[in-house]
Amino acid sequence: MSETRSIHSLSVSERKDLQLICDLIPSGARVLDIGCGEGDLLDLLKSEKNIDGRGVEISQAGVNACVARGLSVVQGDADRDLKHFPDNGFDYAILSQTLQATQRPDSVLQELARIGKKLIVSFPNFANWRVRFYLMFKGRMPVTSTLDAQWYNTPNIHLCTIEDFIGLCDELGLQIEKSFILSNDKVKHVESSAGPLMNLIAEQALFVVSSQKEM
Amino acid sequence: MQEIQLDKSGKEPIAGESKVHVFDSPLQLVSGESLQPFTVAYCSWGKLNKDKSNTILICHALTGDQFAAGENPMTERPGWWNTMIGPGKPLDPEKYFIICSNVIGGCSGSTGPASINPATGKPYGLDFPVITITDMVRAQAKLLDALGIDSLLTVIGGSMGGMQVLEWANSFPEKVFSAIPIAGSARHSAQNIAFHEVGRQAIMADIDWHGGNYHAEKTQPRKGLAVARMAAHITYLSETALTRKFGRNLQDRDALSYGFEADFQIESYLRHQGFTFVERFDANSYLYITRAMDYFDIAAEHDGKLAAAFTNSDTRFCVVSFTSDWLFPTSESIHVVRALNAAGANVSFVEIESDKGHDAFLLDEPEMFKTLNGFLRSVAKDRGVTGESDMRGLT
Repeated sequence: MSETRSIHSLSVSERKDLQLICDLIPSGARVLDIGCGEGDLLDLLKSEKNIDGRGVEISQAGVNACVARGLSVVQGDADRDLKHFPDNGFDYAILSQTLQATQRPDSVLQELARIGKKLIVSFPNFANWRVRFYLMFKGRMPVTSTLDAQWYNTPNIHLCTIEDFIGLCDELGLQIEKSFILSNDKVKHVESSAGPLMNLIAEQALFVVSSQKEM
Repeated sequence: MQEIQLDKSGKEPIAGESKVHVFDSPLQLVSGESLQPFTVAYCSWGKLNKDKSNTILICHALTGDQFAAGENPMTERPGWWNTMIGPGKPLDPEKYFIICSNVIGGCSGSTGPASINPATGKPYGLDFPVITITDMVRAQAKLLDALGIDSLLTVIGGSMGGMQVLEWANSFPEKVFSAIPIAGSARHSAQNIAFHEVGRQAIMADIDWHGGNYHAEKTQPRKGLAVARMAAHITYLSETALTRKFGRNLQDRDALSYGFEADFQIESYLRHQGFTFVERFDANSYLYITRAMDYFDIAAEHDGKLAAAFTNSDTRFCVVSFTSDWLFPTSESIHVVRALNAAGANVSFVEIESDKGHDAFLLDEPEMFKTLNGFLRSVAKDRGVTGESDMRGLT
C-alpha cells in the first residue's frame, strides 16, 4: 500500500506523456486523475489549462504531497473507490500509467467511462519490440527502461499490448478517438487502424477514449 | 465593527482576550425551544481585511474554549491550539482574521447550564434546553452576523470541532469557502455514545450533583466529573502512546503497594487529569455538550443520505484523520470523503501517520501542518487573500 502504483520512476518519457495529456485537455475542463502520484500532472494542468482538477492516489505520502501543494486529492484505490464518484462528474478522467497496476483494468475502465465523458489512458506497451526480444532471447520477464522492475516486485500486474487495449475498448463499447505512441522519447499521433506496426514500435501508448453515452 | 478594531495585530505574542457579544434576540434551537437572551464569548487574532475575505473560524472540541491561542486567562496555561496559530504557523494572524468562540452550552463565557436563567434568577441547571451541534453553529453564525462578516475563508476544527465544521458546510454552504474537519465525523458512533454515557452516569451518580442543582447546594460533583474525564481521556490517546509514555512504570515507589493507591504512573496521570479538569469545567456543561455530540448525525436530516447534505456545494474540503485515532477513526473520515465525492464536491483527504491517538490534532504534527499550510495557501490564493498587503490597505 505504501508504494505508488503508477510508474513515477519514468522521468523523460513520462514528461512527454504529461505534456501530451496537457495539450489534449481544453482549458477549464473538469478533470479526474486516477493514480495522480505527487500531483505533477494536476499541477501542470492547473497552471497551463486552469482546470478544475481532482486526484485519487493510493499512496498516502503521494496524497499528502498533493494536498500540500494545493491540489484536491483523496487517498483511494482505483479498484475500490471509483464507485463513489457520480455519473458524468468529469469532462476527462485520466489514467496515466495506472491501468496496468489495477486489479481489474476492465472494471476500472468501465467505472471511468461512467464518471468521465472522455478518458485519457496511457500505459506501457508490452508488445514493443524490445520487450519481445528480451523475452525471446533471454527467456526471462522483460526489464526495460519503461518496465524497470523485476517480475516479483513490479506494481504492473496487468500489462497489456496496444492490440489488447483496443480489443478491450471494443468489448466495453468504448470508442477510441485519438491514438498516440511514444517511443525513443518522441510522441507520434497515429491512426487507430495503424495496428501491428504501432504495436511493435510503441514503448508507450496513449489513447483518448469516448464512452459514447452522450446523445 | 467597533470590536474588530480593538483586536491585536497578531505581530506581538498573541494574548487571548475574550470578548462577549450579548444577543437580545432568541436563538432558535433544533429541539424547538429557544434561548433568550444568549451570550457568545469569543477571542480573535489578526485583522479583517478590506474585502472581509480573510476570516477563519475555529471550532473547539468538547472541553475546549475560545482561548485557542495565547494564554488562557482562566487556567493561565497556553491556548489549546498554540501549535497551529501564530506568525508563520498554518493559522497566521498576520494574514488571516481568526475567530474562536465558546460553544453555546459551554462554560467559558457563552450561555450554558451554569448561566443565570432569566426566568428564575438562578443557574439553569437541568432547565437548560438540550442543545445540538447545529445550535452551536447557529450561535456562531449569529456572532459573525453581528461582526458584519458574511463569509468564511475557512472553518476549521478537530473532534467535536470537526463536527461543527461539517455542520457549517451543511447549514451555510454559501458562507463557507473552505472547510477543514480534522479527526471528526458526520455522526457519533455507537461506541462513542457509549463512552459518553459512562461519563454522564459518573457525574449523575455523584451525590454532589443534586439532580443538576449543585450550584444551589454550593457543591460540585467533582468526583463524578473527574471519573468522566479520566474515562474519556483514555479514548483520546492510543495504546502505543500510553505504553511509550507510561508502560507499567510505578509512581514514586519501588514496589507494588498491594492496595489501591496509584501504584502505576498511568493511574497517577489519569487522576491528575481528572482533578485538574474539574477546576475548569462545569459538570452540567459536560452533560449537555456530550449529548449534543451524541445527537449529531448529518445524514439523518437528509433521509440517511450524507451526500445530499453537500450536493451543489462550492465549498472546498480538506478532511484530515490520524492513523492511531480510534475514537474518530479514519473510517469515519473516509465515510465523509465518499459522500463528498458522490456529491461532486471539491475534496482533499489526508490521513496523517501518528501514534498519538485522537489528541494528535492538538499536538505537534509536522505532516499535518505541512498539508494544512498547502491547503490554506491554495484557498487563500483562490479567494484573493494575499496577506500583509491587505492589512496595509486597511490602515
